[in-house]
Amino acid sequence: MLPEYYYLTLSAILFSMGAMGVLIRRNAIIIFMSVELMLNAANLAFVSFARMHATINGQIFVFFVMAVAAAEVAVGLALIVAIFETKQSIDIDQMNSMKG
Amino acid sequence: MKWDDLFAILPLVVISTWAVVLVLVDIVIPRDRKGITAALAALGLIFALYFTLPQYNRHLVAFNGMVIVDGFSAFLNTLFLASGLLAIALAYGFLKRNNIDRSEYYTLMLFSISGMMLMGIAADLIIIFLALELLSIPLYVLAGFARPRLDSEEAALKYFILGAFSGGFVVYGVALVYGATGSTAIVEIIQAVVAGKAAMVLLTIGAALIMVGFGFKVAAVPFHMWTPDVYQGSPSPVTSFMAVGAKAAGFAALLRIFVSAFPYLSVSLVPILWLISALTMILGNIVAIAQNNIKRMLAYSSIAHAGYILMAVVTFGKGSAAIDAVSAALFYLLAYALTNFGAWSVVIALEKSEGRGLLLQDYAGLGKKYPAWAAAMTVFMLSFTGVPPTLGFLGKFYLFRSVLEGGFIGLAIIAVLTSLVSAYYYLRVVVIMYMQDGEPVVEGDIWLKVAAGATAVLVVVLSLFATPLLQWAAQATLQSGL
Amino acid sequence: MSEYLPIVVLLILSAFVAGAAIALGHLFGPHHPTERKSLPYESGMTPFGPGARRMPVRFYLIAVLFILFDIETVFFLPWAVVFRKLGLFGLIEMLIFVMVLVVGFLYAWEKGALEWE
Repeated sequence: MLPEYYYLTLSAILFSMGAMGVLIRRNAIIIFMSVELMLNAANLAFVSFARMHATINGQIFVFFVMAVAAAEVAVGLALIVAIFETKQSIDIDQMNSMKG
Repeated sequence: MKWDDLFAILPLVVISTWAVVLVLVDIVIPRDRKGITAALAALGLIFALYFTLPQYNRHLVAFNGMVIVDGFSAFLNTLFLASGLLAIALAYGFLKRNNIDRSEYYTLMLFSISGMMLMGIAADLIIIFLALELLSIPLYVLAGFARPRLDSEEAALKYFILGAFSGGFVVYGVALVYGATGSTAIVEIIQAVVAGKAAMVLLTIGAALIMVGFGFKVAAVPFHMWTPDVYQGSPSPVTSFMAVGAKAAGFAALLRIFVSAFPYLSVSLVPILWLISALTMILGNIVAIAQNNIKRMLAYSSIAHAGYILMAVVTFGKGSAAIDAVSAALFYLLAYALTNFGAWSVVIALEKSEGRGLLLQDYAGLGKKYPAWAAAMTVFMLSFTGVPPTLGFLGKFYLFRSVLEGGFIGLAIIAVLTSLVSAYYYLRVVVIMYMQDGEPVVEGDIWLKVAAGATAVLVVVLSLFATPLLQWAAQATLQSGL
Repeated sequence: MSEYLPIVVLLILSAFVAGAAIALGHLFGPHHPTERKSLPYESGMTPFGPGARRMPVRFYLIAVLFILFDIETVFFLPWAVVFRKLGLFGLIEMLIFVMVLVVGFLYAWEKGALEWE
């Protein structure tokens, strides 16, 4: 059996990759995928901690996080499709119709 | 499940059931009679308000410690429901004028309010996360409500990306706190810390991540970049609702988590929070000076106000001072909510289609042509600045006093100085309204007039009855949940 | 950890064999590229149009609805496992959950999200 420490390291790496992805990438869909990576990194951490503490809470939280992620996917995809219909682009560097 | 459990969530049950039923009822309401949906939504809010009032002076832990009813939650839930009523009044005529009177506005708003109310009563980090998403996801859609207008769609996408990003931080922070203490219930977190069973480094990192996540939600510097664009692009009634509801819910979570669960982390986290609060006040107020668009100006002003309320969070490790700061923050939120909705109702009255009528110059001559609207706007601007006799003055006074009580003299000085700076751009609006000539056109429907008048009167009159009001807020303290 | 050693050996070995095959082919094989040869499918149909073509936006709508109604399984499965232990309370809870989903379904239906044309 691998110790939980390994899973937690993996989860931290995944979370960092997701956060970096959001900050570096310019395509809305890929940014969105990076956010999902962050949520799933949290899921992995929840499950690992649940085994570490020998409690079941952590595993139940994963269900909620997954459901929330699905709701976000639905709204996010719809928004991206809507803006693509108007603008023919989902590059967030071109989202500059407002200036201050 | 006991009856007490049901009593605890009754307002929430009422509002969410009402929203679900309204989705169905709306199908049979004809397209040109969407006023019925608005009235039904308002009725639901009033019902929920009726069930919230018995929750004052109660202290109740329900659903195995997942949910807690105390003065804090009852105060906030009243605030959220009242915000909902005002947001309906602001939206009804605006949506009609701009040909976006789709009834989804009202149902989505009810769903968002149910998320905010869940945030008020949440006593477990996972409930706080669920509440955060339940209030945010409808707001993403509402931000894009004026589609296919490009700026509205852009605002929605930006708000969505930043909101989802901050949600990721919150949930990872919750996971780390769970790992450090073995629980996500606020009571059990503090018990684990007191018993010395918690991994403190992990707990601190988790708390910091939660702080970052909610920093995005309440628009604190340096997590504020999305705010001006989102506030400008969203339809104005949505912006007003977002500025009050989402911000108040974010602070509800921050105060609940930090004061109740993390007081022992104050040594490592207070310097960071101190810095965030100071930067937010300074940047928000200074950048607002340079704005020509009233929506962007109010966006930066809302950033600045987030900085003031954050001062209350800074005191979270100070015991009794923290309790006072929480009630001062609640009082400030009430003052901010009323002033904010009032100011936005004037903005909506002057806004024309295609986003015209939003420049400061468009307010020239308002004092001569529409003295009532100009007087109301003056009241709101004075309240934002913090000039007596307005609610904004008392809010600032109590908040600054509790910060001094907590021993953060430097922070209080920054707050006073930035308030002076803010007088420049708030009073500039008043000067333009009365001193310059122009031909403003106001299109205020009856509900907009009611909202603007009621908030203006409340902002002044309530400030004359400040002592009972503050006592009311002081009773709204956080209960530990034990 | 030692029980994972054979897998590591297998991974290294297979990477080495695959790498060697490609490297040897590159080193010693003849290179006469023509336009036809460098097509994605050398002996198949002649490709036409760009590779990444746009899909009708309806597929997105279907995908969104699928995700929403698919994720409910996450809650159904654990519920079904302990169904008998939960008794009547669990049944009522799940009925409320399903009712909310049905309202969403009716809304999507009424708005024409389920129609292809």
